[in-house]
Amino acid sequence: MADVLAALAGSSGVLLATLLLAWTASASYVVATGRPGGDALLHAPRETARLLRQRRRTTLSADRLLWRGSGWSLLLVAALLVALVPWGGSALLPGSLGVVWANTLDIVVWALVWLLGWGANSVVGLVGGYRFLALALAYELPLMFALVAPALAAGSLDLAVVADAQGTLWYAVWMPVAFAAYLLGVLGFAVLGPLAAPAGPETGSGVLAELSGPDLLVVDAGRYALLGAGAAVAVPLFLGGGAGPWLPGAAWVLLKALLLTAALAWVAGRLPVLRVHRLMEPLWTVWLPLVVVQDLVVAVVVVAGR
Amino acid sequence: MSEAGWLVDHLVDIAFWACALTAVATGVLVFVVDSMARATYALATSFVATGGALLLMQQSYLGVVVVLMMVMEMAVMAVYMVMFMGMNPALMPMSMVHSHRAAIGVAVAVFVALGSGAVLVPWPERRGAPSPDVTEALGNAIMESHMLVMMVVGPVMVATIVVGVLLSSSRTRYDRMGDDLDRRPTDPPEERR
Repeated sequence: MADVLAALAGSSGVLLATLLLAWTASASYVVATGRPGGDALLHAPRETARLLRQRRRTTLSADRLLWRGSGWSLLLVAALLVALVPWGGSALLPGSLGVVWANTLDIVVWALVWLLGWGANSVVGLVGGYRFLALALAYELPLMFALVAPALAAGSLDLAVVADAQGTLWYAVWMPVAFAAYLLGVLGFAVLGPLAAPAGPETGSGVLAELSGPDLLVVDAGRYALLGAGAAVAVPLFLGGGAGPWLPGAAWVLLKALLLTAALAWVAGRLPVLRVHRLMEPLWTVWLPLVVVQDLVVAVVVVAGR
Repeated sequence: MSEAGWLVDHLVDIAFWACALTAVATGVLVFVVDSMARATYALATSFVATGGALLLMQQSYLGVVVVLMMVMEMAVMAVYMVMFMGMNPALMPMSMVHSHRAAIGVAVAVFVALGSGAVLVPWPERRGAPSPDVTEALGNAIMESHMLVMMVVGPVMVATIVVGVLLSSSRTRYDRMGDDLDRRPTDPPEERR
């Protein structure tokens, strides 16, 4: 009985944290576009109220199962990512393979965003879906190699062990390239900021084009939640987990996750959208080798430190 | 009490059979549905269920990697399928089978052969104990005793990918910036001479 209660409390905590992170991301993103802070904080509740009352639109011969199913699953993926994060020692979903699970969850977004574009049976949606996969190939490999660095340094794929292994010198400090590649990947799977082309205005909102009402609400919330969840996973990976003075570990994890979410969303909101077909080349011929060199540096440090 | 106890005792068995049946059922669905996207993601679901079965066999790393690779692969495969078949999203339902009598025969024969092999072969008794960390054991095997296989497979796969991309690409950096990459990039590229 106590186990069940603890699991229920943990699940509600993870859901609350996911929504809080999503709200932070949306507010910060809106501030970056030039709106005042109070207005930005009200953006999410206002949009929620507006979209909940909006009538649901549908298209001819839409593949409802895949379309609605993929849209509503984005929030779930974000919540599962947050569930992997060790909050001061214990995670809702602990495991020796947390790093690989985080990677797997962000890959699931590949399927979801493409299906979102496909399911509507709309040209612009389909264009958005294809753009996302092209983009995903470009950001995912640097992201995967970026995940290698902290796991290599800690000698473990367990997020809690990675967090504890950092001591006073956080991995973000001495693995800046891996940290940057990870954060760029987060923007990629959140389809926000410079990597928002699959949902960009030049294709009539791409994968979002035919969505309306609650369906659009969950996808938008899901994108902000994915940004926040990606930032939350970065806390044990790169920012020392729950390490910090005075406050308990869980508070530090939440604080760091919220600050990183706000900063990342603000930067993302300031940057222009990049053209998809121009991204593959720099990301694979310049960025990916840099990340591999970062892994090499970490490997040399690990071997030399033995 | 006894019923609940039975459930708890057999939880892993039940989960395993649920994964196994899901894997087979969604595998069959691949040929039943009439849309490429549904066929692709039915196959992806089948692989995810297979990954679940591997997880239940306590091969955690293999299980999660099967899920990771297969979802990624199916996302890309859907693009290729649609590209080569030229199918409009949901408007044009099309059959996912061709020459299906022969295909059914082959599939059933292979399934029976492999399945009966798995069931009928006298499995040897376990000798020794499993490594305490199977993920580490797997990593050591790949990087030590089976290094040669990985070193051969790696370059072959990379070469296949590079050649495949080159053959299918009409706009590489060599088209935009010339053979020595010293021209100002032109986008779209000039016609080849």
